[in-house]
Formats: sequence, structure tokens, C-alpha cells
Amino acid sequence: MNLATISFAYLRARSLNTALNVLLLALGIATITLLLLATDQLEDRMQRDARGIDLVAGAKGSPLQVILSAIYHLDVPTGNIPLAQAKEIAKHRAVKKTIPLALGDSYRGFRIVGTNHDYVAHYDAKLAAGRLWGKPMDTVLGAEVAQRAGLSVGMKFTGAHGIAEGGTEHGDAPYEVVGVLAPSGLVLDRLVLTSVESVWLVHDEHQSADSQAKVNEEDKEITALLIQYASPLAAAILPRYINNNSTMQAASPAYETARLFSIIGVGVDVLRGFALVLVFSAGLSVFIALYNALNERRYDLAVMRTLGASRRRLMALMLFEGALLAGFGGALGLALGHVLTEALGRVLKAAQQVTVTGWSWVSAEFWLIALAFGVGVVAALLPAWRAYRTDIAQTLAQG
Amino acid sequence: MFELKNLRHAYNGSDVLNVPAWEADPGAHWLVVGPSGSGKTTLLHILAGILRPTAGAVTVAGQDIGALSPTELDRFRGQHIGIVLQRLHLVASLTVINNLLLAQYLAGLPQDRQRVNEVLANLDLGDRRGAYPHELSHGQAQRIAVARAVVNRPQLLLADEPTSNLDDQRCLQALDLLETQARACGATLVIATHDQRIKSRVSNHYPLGGQS
Repeated sequence: MNLATISFAYLRARSLNTALNVLLLALGIATITLLLLATDQLEDRMQRDARGIDLVAGAKGSPLQVILSAIYHLDVPTGNIPLAQAKEIAKHRAVKKTIPLALGDSYRGFRIVGTNHDYVAHYDAKLAAGRLWGKPMDTVLGAEVAQRAGLSVGMKFTGAHGIAEGGTEHGDAPYEVVGVLAPSGLVLDRLVLTSVESVWLVHDEHQSADSQAKVNEEDKEITALLIQYASPLAAAILPRYINNNSTMQAASPAYETARLFSIIGVGVDVLRGFALVLVFSAGLSVFIALYNALNERRYDLAVMRTLGASRRRLMALMLFEGALLAGFGGALGLALGHVLTEALGRVLKAAQQVTVTGWSWVSAEFWLIALAFGVGVVAALLPAWRAYRTDIAQTLAQG
Repeated sequence: MFELKNLRHAYNGSDVLNVPAWEADPGAHWLVVGPSGSGKTTLLHILAGILRPTAGAVTVAGQDIGALSPTELDRFRGQHIGIVLQRLHLVASLTVINNLLLAQYLAGLPQDRQRVNEVLANLDLGDRRGAYPHELSHGQAQRIAVARAVVNRPQLLLADEPTSNLDDQRCLQALDLLETQARACGATLVIATHDQRIKSRVSNHYPLGGQS
């Protein structure tokens, strides 16, 4: 027998009421947990995909679109850039490293990316099978592509024109799988990697079939150039240099993703506000429950005083009950939030979007527990004060 | 065992209780008698330290309870005074055994299940220890209320109208129960009552409201 036993007995005596309050609080906490986990993982994922890439040079257009298409492979590219100009940039003294990207085709919705081995090295990706691409039309598949398309080393497939699913197929130019990457949790998992030459080859054949025109090395194009600065100083020089001295435009991943998150952030803030309203109404509900219970319980409180309980003990009892409700609600909410996040992750995975898992923990969740307890204790404050103030002689004289 | 001196209690400015002097020996059994509204419950509350009198001294078991701080008084009451309320007021959310353990816990005493079981067995309630108050008959509930009042071996046992609403047979049983239990722990017993049926059974009477 202690405060916890007594509080628990009271909560059990009103089990329906208790369950409703716990559920209400849990829903609010779960919503916030889900938002925390999802945004944290999304930001983390986007940061990891953009890690080490300081600048992207692409065709003129929306800089956000350049970033979304060249780094995250979510949007369509703004257009192509001349290879000659890209090579010029690569030689600039402010540039440490560049990686060319040639986009245009896809296989079952997964993008075929023409690039060099530096791209794989940049993300520290490891091969799960086979080798990296050598001759044109060799491809290395991201882990998710291989799994979903059921392709393995040695098999052949043909790409479709355009980066969305359902484009016309390049039936005459089959790719061969020479390697499969190990899962990295990065954008690589959803890409088909090949040499830039393969992309040119597929498209040149088209063009030559159409126009019989011979394509010179000078006229060749790529889609974007990923750039790593040689020094922090380059940030002041290079974007302006690219924008002024070429037909390309420079887009900064850090700046554009921050802009993207500020747009998404509005929606997240609305949801978070909604969740806080839920938590607040749970607090109100706990308050009403405890306050009403106090009326039914005033004789119990008086009896406890006659048995030797001090005023402070009764106050502690009410506060403990609020905290106990909050503890159950908070714990259930966190658990529910993680399960919901995992469920959301599975739905998103089926839709080929970013991966979200519920089986991770963010430090902000400690604040959620504190928030839940805070709500419970604050809701119990007034009932606790009334319990403290109860005049036992008067209460007992009434009945 | 207890001593009241020049005790006066006023409510809303008018005196509701006047006790010039009243002393009780250890183990004595007393009735506080008088009509409704004569201040019996008030006197009982003052004896229990639930209510502080407007004026006068109250000494229980050698302790001037007016000198105790509120928290000390609560603790003193829990450890030395047992109270059986008119409406019993068992805690409905707790089982019989927990109602008794509650008395030990709130009095700040060690929780002694052996003592609890002993008291329950003594009152022939050993098989009801897991029951909730609403599952008990009135007679059983009254015995539990008495058990709760005596579980801490009080030196003073107070009962407020324990026999009202009881038929003749049960009335005498209830009185017998209180006297037996008070004797078992050597407690001084004070019963506030206006029930004529038990007046002849207890010799010490303290009259209130001009009755004798």
C-alpha cells in the first residue's frame, strides 16, 4: 500500500474514464512523435544524400528543380548542359572534385543515371555482387532496383525513354547488369548506374536513325555536374562564375533544401499545432475527470485524513494520479507514434518514396515525456489544491 | 486517558458546545448522549483532533493536542485514535484488506499483514478480505469499519451514532462489537448516540444539550 497503489485503485475504479483520457493524451503524443520521427529521418536522409556536394551546375531554370533532379532524383531535370562547359568548370581552381550526371531514361520508374565511378565512391557505396560498369551499356543496379525488378548480374533489360514509368522503350539497345550495390539507405538504392557514354549511345542511335547527323564530341551534353569545393572560399566565387560565364546555372543543395524544408515546414507546423491542441484537450479532460472525481471522493479524502493522512499527502495523491494518467498516456502515445511511423514507412516504401522507419529514437522524445507529465500534473493542480483545502469536520458532518 | 477543560466551540459566532470539564479513565466506556444538534458529533471531532475548538484544552493520552502542528496532529490521530464514522465510509475503490492496510499506511506505521489478518479473523471476516465494500452486507461493512478503526491498536476509540438505522438485535450486536474490540486493545471507548436502546448498557454518560 502506497500512493501508487491508491492512485491506481482509483484509476481502475473509473476504468472507462481513465481509458478515454489515456487514449486522448496518447493520440496527441503519437501525432507529435510521428512528426518528429518523420521529419527527422527525412532531413537526415536529405542531408546524407547531399553530403559532400557543395554545388550543382545544371541547365537554367528553377534552382530547386536542379537540386531535386540531380541530387534526389525526384524531379525532372531543367534541361541539358554542354559537356565542354562542364569540363571548363571542372578545371576551375576553386573546384576540388566534379561528378557528371547524364539523365534521360528509366527502367520501371527507376532512373538510369550516366556517371563515372566517382559517384559510387562519393557515397562510399559497396558492391553486393558483380563489378562496376566498364564498357558502354554495362549497368550497376541500386539494391532496391535489383530487388523490385528481380534483376541480377548477367541479365539484360531495355530502358524506357523519359524518367517516368511508361515511356517508349529503346528496344534496340539492351543494358546488361554487371553489378548490384549493397543497400545504403541513400538515393543510390533507387538508381540504375551506367557510364555517361551509355546514355549518349542510346540517344545518339536515336538521333542518327532520325537525322543521320554525326554528333561531335564538342556537341555532347550531360544533364548536371555535381561539384565539391576546394575551399570554403569557393562558395563566394564559383556560383557567380558559373552563372556569368556559361549557359548553366549554379544551385546550392544546402540553400535549396533549407528552402524546401521551410515550405514543408508550414504543413508540419500545422500538424504539430493540431497535435498540441489534442494534448491540451487531453489535459483539460484529465482536469475535468479529476475535478469531478473529487466530488465523489470528498468523503474518501476526509476518511483518509481521519486515518492520519496529512493535507500534503492528499495533495500528493491527486498530483500522483494526474502524473500516472499522463505517464500511461505518454508511454502509449510514444509506442503508438513509433508503430504509426513504421506503418507510414511501409506505405511510403510501397509507393517508392523515401524510407521511414518507426524503430528509431530521437532525443526530442524525452521532451514529449516531460510534456505529457507536465500536462498531467498541471491538470491535477487545482483538484490537488481542493483536496488540500478540504475541511474534514465539515465534510464528515454532512454525511 | 483524556481530559477536556473549559472547552468551548462556537460556530458562526454562537456557542454550539460547552464542556467545562470531562475526564475519562483508560479503558473506560462512555456514551455522549443528547438530541440531534446538541453537538455530539462536534465533540467527537474535537476529541479526534479533526476540529480545533474555539477555546479550551484537550489532552489525549497525555498529549495536549492543541499544541501539535497540523501534520503532527494528523499523525497522532492516525496512531492513537480510531474512528468509526456514522456512514462507515469505507474506501470504495479498495478491497477490504487494502482498506485496513490503508489505515496503517496513512498513520505512518509499518504495514503488518499479520495484524490485519488477525483483526479480520477476530471479526469473522477472514474470507472477505478480497471483497470490495459494495459487495458487503451492512453488518459486514460495519465490522470492517470497526476493524479499520482498531487495526492500529488505538488508545481511544470513537464511534458516531453506530446504532442508528439498525434493528434491535443488530443494535446490540454493534454495541457489543465496539465494546469487545475496545477491550481487546485496551482502548477508551466513546460513543456519541441518541439511541435510547443502548443507554442502559453503558454506565458512563456525558450528557449534552441539557439532558441527563
